[in-house]
Amino acid sequence: MRIALMTTCLVDQFFPQVAESMVRVLAACGVQVEVPSAQTCCGQPAYNSGFAAEARVVGQTLLTAFADAEYVVTPSGSCAGMVHHVFPTLFQGSPHSSQQAQALAEKTYEFSQFLLQVLGIDDLGAVFPHRVTFHPSCHGLRLLGVRAEPVRLLQRVRGLTYVELPAAEDCCGFGGTFALKLPALSTAMVDEKVRHVLATGAEVLVSTDMGCLMNMGGRLRRLGHPVRVMHLAELLAEGLRQGGR
Amino acid sequence: MQTSVQGSRTSASGQAAGTLAERVERALQDDFLRRAVQFTTQRLRHNKQQAAAALGQWEAWRERGRQIRAHTVAHLDRYLQQFVENVRRHGGHVHFAADAAEAVHLVVQLACDRGVRLAVKSKSMVSEEVHLNDGLTAAGVRVVETDLGEYIIQLAGEPPSHLIAPAIHKNREQIRDLFCAAGGRGLTTDTPSLAGFARQQLRQLFLTADLGISGCNFAIAETGTVVLFTNEGNGRMVTSLPRTHIVMLGMERLLPTLADLEVMANLLPRSATGQKLTAYMTLLTGPRREGEGDGPEELHVVVLDNGRSNLLGDPAFQDVLHCIRCGACLNVCPVYRQVGGHAYGSVYPGPIGAVLTPLLQPGPETADLPYASSLCGACFEACPVKIPLHDLLVRLRQRNVERGWVKPGERLAWYAFQRTFARPGRYRRVMRLARWAQAGRVQAGELAQAPGPLRGWTASRQAPALAARSFQERWSALAAELRERPAAKEDANDA
Ligand code: SF4
Repeated sequence: MRIALMTTCLVDQFFPQVAESMVRVLAACGVQVEVPSAQTCCGQPAYNSGFAAEARVVGQTLLTAFADAEYVVTPSGSCAGMVHHVFPTLFQGSPHSSQQAQALAEKTYEFSQFLLQVLGIDDLGAVFPHRVTFHPSCHGLRLLGVRAEPVRLLQRVRGLTYVELPAAEDCCGFGGTFALKLPALSTAMVDEKVRHVLATGAEVLVSTDMGCLMNMGGRLRRLGHPVRVMHLAELLAEGLRQGGR
Repeated sequence: MQTSVQGSRTSASGQAAGTLAERVERALQDDFLRRAVQFTTQRLRHNKQQAAAALGQWEAWRERGRQIRAHTVAHLDRYLQQFVENVRRHGGHVHFAADAAEAVHLVVQLACDRGVRLAVKSKSMVSEEVHLNDGLTAAGVRVVETDLGEYIIQLAGEPPSHLIAPAIHKNREQIRDLFCAAGGRGLTTDTPSLAGFARQQLRQLFLTADLGISGCNFAIAETGTVVLFTNEGNGRMVTSLPRTHIVMLGMERLLPTLADLEVMANLLPRSATGQKLTAYMTLLTGPRREGEGDGPEELHVVVLDNGRSNLLGDPAFQDVLHCIRCGACLNVCPVYRQVGGHAYGSVYPGPIGAVLTPLLQPGPETADLPYASSLCGACFEACPVKIPLHDLLVRLRQRNVERGWVKPGERLAWYAFQRTFARPGRYRRVMRLARWAQAGRVQAGELAQAPGPLRGWTASRQAPALAARSFQERWSALAAELRERPAAKEDANDA
């Protein structure tokens, strides 16, 4: 299996520990990954702002970087959603790129999806004795259909108490440039999310997208709440360490 | 009450003023509004979920709904012609209005020719779209809204803020105050008291009105039937007591057959309010016939285009015409639930409004509406006819870029983004530079204050700082470490 890691620009630059955790979890599953250095970003920020031509130029870097990979795994439901939902039409103008985009969409998986659907692993032997709640990323949920996978992985972790988040499927208010264009509105939305998170009494808030976590975590910390935010991969990697693996 | 209900609505709709951002800020300050909207949308979406689950096979129903609407809109010319012929065959009249002004002119003309002094209305978003009440009032016709929600906002002199619950932003205390100002004595805030007052006021009006104006949920092509879904019974009185009945029909609201109506009757009330069926489903075919006891002497259908036909045949946007105005996308929208309908500054609020308004009235004034969304996709998920609203919002943003309705600064920013991220080497160099630039601002891996366009973020949130070393920079060391400590799993080679 030739598995390539699509780090995403956000994780590469701001949250490298998430990609590292993913690599370690995958290694524990017996999977070696490659990290093509030609990748930059999927272009989603530009695309969602209406700048499709700019997004196409940037997205092309992924088509090239992952042309040879058999599977592509990414720590972001949103970026995987971009590849699945947008790429096939974004590159329609050029037959070669369009073919590459179609192929990329077929082999790209969000992290939890890959563990369950491709590797068929839901129990990694991780140990994490904490109270944990989970926020699904909107794009992972609605563009990719990732619903059960992350929760299933969490529920298999030893010692972990999983608490369902009320109104879990409501957006946290991130929305990429949305949070910059209408910051007060975005804050009102994340405040509602924060209230729900606090209501669970969870020590740890998990998601599958650093965009959402950066938003919810940024607000939680600004308000002084000690809830820890973690990407699912980080939790599993830490759980593996605690489990002595 | 006699005079106060005549107030013009649009002139009072100060909510439309300003930019989207300004209207949103204003709405966010209004705790009454936010609480009222959150309370009702929560109830509506909960009821909808229950009703959809109870019906079963919801996804199959949605798909069937989508097919019917897509087919109808794809062959709209044919079905419209069939509908018109059948209305005329039953003795009704059909008028076409190319735009809002023409629609208002038509209705005013019909009213004036008949010496109408009082018109009663049941709910019609199309009449709101063309600002019919203003036109009639200016022509000396008194117009009274008889839908309870519409009645409330007419008293308040406001436009509706929800497709099916127009007064969703008002709480009971505010409604009681409005009713007291309109002559109500000793009213309390409970439903029987409030509804009782409205009923008593409206009863006399139904009996004296010369004209009834209604909307139309669906128009059935094969029979020429106008279908209304209502809960209060006022719709029946509006369409049967006055001598003349005018139907305001958006030109896309057709269904080929009564069999198609059955599917929509399953989808619409469930999506709108979570009801299996509304209290009344009224099918009107032509005016009163010989020997019939009630119904209007004259039936007129005003078919409104107002920008709709421009969307026909446009692969990017035609889907918006599939909408059945159920309001489900509003109830699930995290933006709508925070700010309510007036913040959109358009007659149609919520995700559907953010798509429909810039399409019906394209221009720089409506160009900011498609940004009133985090693109979470909840609207699409809720839509009973599967309109990909989240995609349409992005396409409208693209149209803004194509037509030059974006700020030059933003264009420049995305050009810079493209230049930076198109080349892996350049991307790394720029990021290293950015890391150097952030030095001194970082505390414990975070920024409490960021410059430029990130200021809005750090006003309420901590921002992450760029990591000291990117993952790409850490990768070779990590790869080497993993090579030395191969995976624990025995089956590594089988993988
Ligand atoms: S877009 Fe869909 S959900 Fe929204 S009002 Fe129209 S039919 Fe209902």
